[in-house]
Amino acid sequence: MDKTINLTLKVWRQAGPKAKGEFVTYNMDHVSTDSSFLEMLDVLNEKLVKQRKEPVAFDHDCREGICGMCSLYINGHPHGLDGETTTCQLHIRRFKNGETITVEPWRSAAFPVIKDLMVDRGAYDKIIQAGGFVSVNTGGVPDGNAIPISKVYADEAMDAASCIGCGACAAACKNGSAMLFVAAKVSQLALLPQGKVEAAHRAKVMVAKMDELGFGNCTNTGACEAECPKAISISHIARLNREFLVAKFKD
Amino acid sequence: MANKQASAQVDETKIDAKIPAGPLAEKWSNYKAHQKLVNPANKRRLEIIVVGTGLAGASAAASLAELGFNVLNFCIQDSPRRAHSIAAQGGINAAKNYQNDGDSVYRLFYDTIKGGDYRAREANVYRLAEVSNSIIDQCVAQGVPFAREYGGLLDNRSFGGAQVSRTFYAKGQTGQQLLLGAYSALSRQIGKGSVKLFARHEMLDVVVVEGRARGIIARNLVTGKIERFFAHAVVVGTGGYGNAFFLSTNAMTSNASAAVQMYKKGAYFANPAYAQIHPTCIPVHGDFQSKLTLMSESLRNDGRIWVPKKKEDAEAIRLGKKKATDLKENERDYYLERRYPAFGNLVPRDVASRAAKERCDAGFGVGNTGLAVYLDFSSSIERLGEDTIRERYGNLFQMYEKIVDENPYKTPMMIYPAIHYTMGGVWVDYELQTSVKGLFCIGEANFSDHGANRLGASALMQGLADGYFVLPYTIQNYLADQIQVPRMSIDLPEFTESEKAVHAKIEKIMKIQGDKSVDSIHRELGLVMWDFVGMGRNTAGLQTALEKIKAIRHEFWTKVYVPGVSADLNMELEKALRVADFIEIGELMARDALMREESCGGHFREEYQTPEGEALRNDDEFSFASCWKFNGEGEEPILLKEALEYEFVNRQQRNYKA
Repeated sequence: MDKTINLTLKVWRQAGPKAKGEFVTYNMDHVSTDSSFLEMLDVLNEKLVKQRKEPVAFDHDCREGICGMCSLYINGHPHGLDGETTTCQLHIRRFKNGETITVEPWRSAAFPVIKDLMVDRGAYDKIIQAGGFVSVNTGGVPDGNAIPISKVYADEAMDAASCIGCGACAAACKNGSAMLFVAAKVSQLALLPQGKVEAAHRAKVMVAKMDELGFGNCTNTGACEAECPKAISISHIARLNREFLVAKFKD
Repeated sequence: MANKQASAQVDETKIDAKIPAGPLAEKWSNYKAHQKLVNPANKRRLEIIVVGTGLAGASAAASLAELGFNVLNFCIQDSPRRAHSIAAQGGINAAKNYQNDGDSVYRLFYDTIKGGDYRAREANVYRLAEVSNSIIDQCVAQGVPFAREYGGLLDNRSFGGAQVSRTFYAKGQTGQQLLLGAYSALSRQIGKGSVKLFARHEMLDVVVVEGRARGIIARNLVTGKIERFFAHAVVVGTGGYGNAFFLSTNAMTSNASAAVQMYKKGAYFANPAYAQIHPTCIPVHGDFQSKLTLMSESLRNDGRIWVPKKKEDAEAIRLGKKKATDLKENERDYYLERRYPAFGNLVPRDVASRAAKERCDAGFGVGNTGLAVYLDFSSSIERLGEDTIRERYGNLFQMYEKIVDENPYKTPMMIYPAIHYTMGGVWVDYELQTSVKGLFCIGEANFSDHGANRLGASALMQGLADGYFVLPYTIQNYLADQIQVPRMSIDLPEFTESEKAVHAKIEKIMKIQGDKSVDSIHRELGLVMWDFVGMGRNTAGLQTALEKIKAIRHEFWTKVYVPGVSADLNMELEKALRVADFIEIGELMARDALMREESCGGHFREEYQTPEGEALRNDDEFSFASCWKFNGEGEEPILLKEALEYEFVNRQQRNYKA
């Protein structure tokens, strides 16, 4: 029943943040087409451990496409070529027998390599810490149904909120811009009455933090939207720009 | 005091859970009215460690920092937003009664107690139901985009074990949205400097000074450095221990190590046998498999579960000669609807799981392994249209198709039970304090609210209840007496000793240099757990499990191979440390399951069942929470019992038939 194929992997190995990295080639025979990309890497690592070599370091956790921990540039695309798919949900059946697959870490100035395929995405957390929230403390809030919210806005906010913070947008962008990530949060909260109060200020401080952390500018190439595993729309960037302008006018 | 009873050494000392006096509905209000508080000036002088950034950890860390405490928050992932709460799909319960369908705090309390097969504390569960409504309000205020009706009000769906619609949801990504809400509150405090975050740090020990928890030892996972941290109190919210089974729906790094360390430092471990096998997971499909994927229970709202009526059909399907869609309506056995007419496909998880196992064991299973049943949406699609089903479950259907390569809009999903959640955990009293002073445990990591079985959409409720609305109160009752305690030096002998022990354990593992990979040993443990400590348990099987686990422990400590060095990023070492603790938990689970000579909730002892094959409780002898006390390495733990007094609810045989 189990169909298998043979693959050649060219994997980026780098001992540490300052070490020089290089591609190392591994032949993978009889990989089950039902296995996920990360399960194939598990098999590779198991093989390396058997050979008493160090396994390839890569980030991963839920393996259900929701935690945002997995990354990887696969054949030149963040999370591989499959649309709306995280690396952990990418399956080997999408590859051809005999294919060579190049596996690299995110390449972005703001995401330095920690080891092999693992990068530091702490910059995304810092952007959220700058203003990606509604300033309410626990307790003392109104009833959940006190303010009706149009289903249309609630659904659009939900679409923006599906961002998993994986970093694919910045990694895909030739300018290394985090605009889609920032826009998704700004847009989600601006669409809801609870977040509207601080919307302009939020846009301003989050963009300022993004610039400070070394992310590039947005030039509307749309690469982020195309590569986003959750299909977050760049229309949210328009909403971010609107809030940003409002903030500038207020200054 | 210790005497031998059944299979365990028992200590008859009475355990005091510190449940407040008074009528059920007034206990929590009375507690809050009379508890000690810490004034704002003193809060600034106190430090609290919170380990974990899931729903419980993140909400606790944020809320405590908002109150003015100094919080140190730890997570093993690269960001607090990755905690496995993020993967919860279906929803969160609350007793809002927005649907006017007869819900109330009492009914949510009652359903939860009954769902847990009368093995939870009444007072805790009532408090949980009481604060449930505040959670929804809080999340809405944070900008959590819950599903709404066209009129702009919040929508609800139904979940197993309830006859009302009280589950709030955000598509099939409720856990994600609630966690991102808590993460945003936490991020706000990190930005303000009131929470110091330590990402990619793993707690490896709790430091106890003069009988009180005063800090932790953690390993920086990037550098491998072992670090010491002091606090006036330590809060642990590190989730459950389901990964003892190797294959589970838990995330790859979900682990039980913090809980095991607490246990070894004197915290009782309660009800380890209570593990939840979730009925709707994607079946196992290969040896390379790293984890199992859950399909939300909410699917049972619109999906009907069935297997072929005739064994020949099941066999033909297994051999690929027939397809599910070839079978006509009268050739299908909708066994849940048949056995449980009142609740049908919405029976609680433990009941649905056992029913699936029963059909498959009897030879009616489908899929190429025979270990699968169908979850069929065709009648709902016919009734509501494909668009409605897509709107409700689109992301789940997409996930299914990616993994299985079949379109569930056209052909029924295949599902099978898998380990999903652990109701057991570190014992805590009403204040969520463990049996070690100053050491608190919240969320799935504790044992408190779900008894022997958790109802769907109640995990999110409990995690957030603990973090937002319970711990921030109860911890002050402890800290009020600690305001005179100055910051302690991390050079105290207790810190040094703890760090030494951690180093010694790591070096011991590094030195083994055997020929078994960590994963291969973990897989072995998982198979033993699934075969003997899984859905159906019996005396002989559990005794076999105990022997096999002993052998696996020996194998681990003599044959494991960890490459690289300890003073560096080393993921194999991380896994090895966790597997060493899973072996301890696995043994404790088997021991507890062997001791508990009754069936209740997720714990099914084949010797104890009704003639219809339902779980048969023994309230006369087993109406207690089993609390295991560590008794030294290699020694049998001691069993203490917290008697469960049912003052307000009349216990019955659970009945989902009529």
